[in-house]
Amino acid sequence: MDIRPVQSEMVYARNEVARRIGLGFQMQMAIATMMLQEVDFKQTRFVIRLKMQMAFKKQARTKTGEMARNLTELKRGEHGVLDRIDLPEEEAQRLMEIGFLPGHTVTPAHSAPGGDPRVFRVDGTEVALRRETARKLLLRPSAK
Amino acid sequence: MGDCHDCSAITTLPPPPLIPNTRQRVVAIIGPPNSGKSTLFNRLTGLRQKVANFPGVTVEHRMGKVKLDPGREVFVVDLPGVYSLNPRTEDEKVTHDVLLGEMKGIPRPEAVLLVLDSTNLSRHLVLAAPILSLGLPTLVILNMADDLLRRGGLADPLELSEQLGTPVALVSAAKGQGMEKVLQFLDGATATPHKPALMQLPVIQDIPKCRAWAAKVGDQSKYHAPAPPIWTRRLDAIFLHPVLGPLIFALVVYGVFWTIFFGADPMMNAVDSLREASGQWMGSMIHVEWIRSLLVDGIWSGVGAVVKFLPQILLLFLFIGVLEDSGYLARAALIADRTMARVGLQGKSFIPLLSAYACAVPAIMATRTIENKRDRIATILIAPFMTCSARLPIYILVIETFIPKRRVWHFLDSQVAAFIGLYILGFAMAVLTARVLKSTVLKSGRSSFILEMPAYRWPTLRSLGLRLLDRSKVFMRRAGTVILGVAIIVWALSYLPLSGGKPPAIAESFAGQIGHVVEPVIHPLGFNWKIGIGLITSLAAREVIVSTLGTIYGVEGGEHSQGLQEALRHDLTPAGGAALLVFFAFAMQCMSTLAVVRRETGGWRWPAIQFAYMTGVAYVCAFLTFHLL
Repeated sequence: MDIRPVQSEMVYARNEVARRIGLGFQMQMAIATMMLQEVDFKQTRFVIRLKMQMAFKKQARTKTGEMARNLTELKRGEHGVLDRIDLPEEEAQRLMEIGFLPGHTVTPAHSAPGGDPRVFRVDGTEVALRRETARKLLLRPSAK
Repeated sequence: MGDCHDCSAITTLPPPPLIPNTRQRVVAIIGPPNSGKSTLFNRLTGLRQKVANFPGVTVEHRMGKVKLDPGREVFVVDLPGVYSLNPRTEDEKVTHDVLLGEMKGIPRPEAVLLVLDSTNLSRHLVLAAPILSLGLPTLVILNMADDLLRRGGLADPLELSEQLGTPVALVSAAKGQGMEKVLQFLDGATATPHKPALMQLPVIQDIPKCRAWAAKVGDQSKYHAPAPPIWTRRLDAIFLHPVLGPLIFALVVYGVFWTIFFGADPMMNAVDSLREASGQWMGSMIHVEWIRSLLVDGIWSGVGAVVKFLPQILLLFLFIGVLEDSGYLARAALIADRTMARVGLQGKSFIPLLSAYACAVPAIMATRTIENKRDRIATILIAPFMTCSARLPIYILVIETFIPKRRVWHFLDSQVAAFIGLYILGFAMAVLTARVLKSTVLKSGRSSFILEMPAYRWPTLRSLGLRLLDRSKVFMRRAGTVILGVAIIVWALSYLPLSGGKPPAIAESFAGQIGHVVEPVIHPLGFNWKIGIGLITSLAAREVIVSTLGTIYGVEGGEHSQGLQEALRHDLTPAGGAALLVFFAFAMQCMSTLAVVRRETGGWRWPAIQFAYMTGVAYVCAFLTFHLL
């Protein structure tokens, strides 16, 4: 059985679907089940991976029951409040000096073709970050 | 790009003290990146400025004199843009050391001009905490006041001055508004009374606390942040548009290329014919044979060959200057980043590498925009692989000699194809080298691309003019020192020893003897001693080989010269010709580049590695080419 780590892109896509429709964990499971039924037998590998994702996701949840989202998950027109930076001290400091401080509102703006790197508006300025950096900037769970 | 450079550091002598008289008053200009520090500096000093490197580090700074009313003057030093004083990066360390008076060659500044962007005050005020805690008399300059007011923002310098306990001036350095306050401060800097601040300074290591402090100071001083910059947003919607953005980017790149290859051509030809005409005139005026030979054949044509590139370099820097001052360069870096990331570099390496197609020297100077030191060194190391214009003469000569002109494919003829092949060859080696470097010695996380997008601004003629003037000065100084020296040496080697009062045949000259000495080394590449002399003289500058070969074969030396092509066909096999092309594509034959690399990397280590690596690659590849063809 193939238990390689799942592709992160897929995780995002699935999360995005679930979040957009405003569903909780149960609904996510329901979607997964629905997807399961539609999946061809040949794609069992994919199904197993999906299941493992679900199990993993359950653990990664924060106390409030919401996923800790990161900057890459923000859509255009959306904004989020920065919670913490999951990077080594030096790089985190540099990001904080340029404006990425916990508690500040971050809004995604234009990007290079292909979406990477992307410009983020924060603290009155615009800063471009690569996807792998943006992924380490975690947002506060939204109050919605 | 940091603006400046100075090639006087080519010598290994210790640099002279930065300030002529150590009892001169020095005031430091400091501020975050994009706060308009350089504009203020240019406004204050005008033409009375010069650029120097701090001893032992790669960080450069500009020094200038400000004339005050009754014949008094004060030196101002423009320090690198920093967000904090925590000495983490080299820039921050230099700023820190200068402000504490620990930097050699520069006395401790008597006062500080702290330049902040008034449109983004709450964030920029963070830097005020560590600066004010130094206890030096400080003028806080709220720059870009015109922008602030136009966008409906409000800042009260008096109120802010109360809060900070230090004078505050609201100015627009670009328009020259409010500058009298700055001059007043410079006039009586030390006499400024130090009032107690209303706001207690925060613990300066704690960034969130500092930011909270800055926000509170802003609030207390009734600062109103301006509306978002509408024009910048509108322009970004075009320049960073998913389709239009790359299109405009491609147009800009095409524009730079066009400038390098065609735009500068008439001017370069003009400089060249001016040199030729004046050389002939000089030759007809001087009747002493050896003086004429030295002046006309040695100095005039040697130095002239390099001065010829001045128009090209100036146009290139005009282009880069406009791109940088307007704010487009940051967007270009953003668009190029993903492509550059594939070879382990980043977006900011793009423009320097593009410039390297004109000349590696300005390209290496342009790497100053890259803050990540490893990325910067990698860019510096691969830039000379790009096919610079100095390689063109020898490429043209060898291709026309050995490759018969015939159609290969539609409009593409064999000679043009060979040309394109050589461009690709250099580029491929650059990519390969970058990959190797970035996965070994210069390995660093890929995630180090953090780039602030400045608001778009009109570039001012003043700053463009000062920049170009600065470039020309540096370039001409180099032509007048290193290149001049080499030209004289090469001339002497081929003119001496005199036999019976007459210059010897080239084979008996010192140059010829050296050529014979190196012949065993280059024989495996298919070169004879005559090519050997050319290789040695081209260490000064690549294009010199054509005129050297001309001298050696005793024919008119030029890249289209029929006589020279005949002579080459006689001395080189086609495989040898190909090996020569490959050798020139890879070898580091440019003293100016080595000198500028030494200056930019702060030591001989990198230029030595680069020279050894490039020459080694060139030798091996030329050897393989000669034996496999």
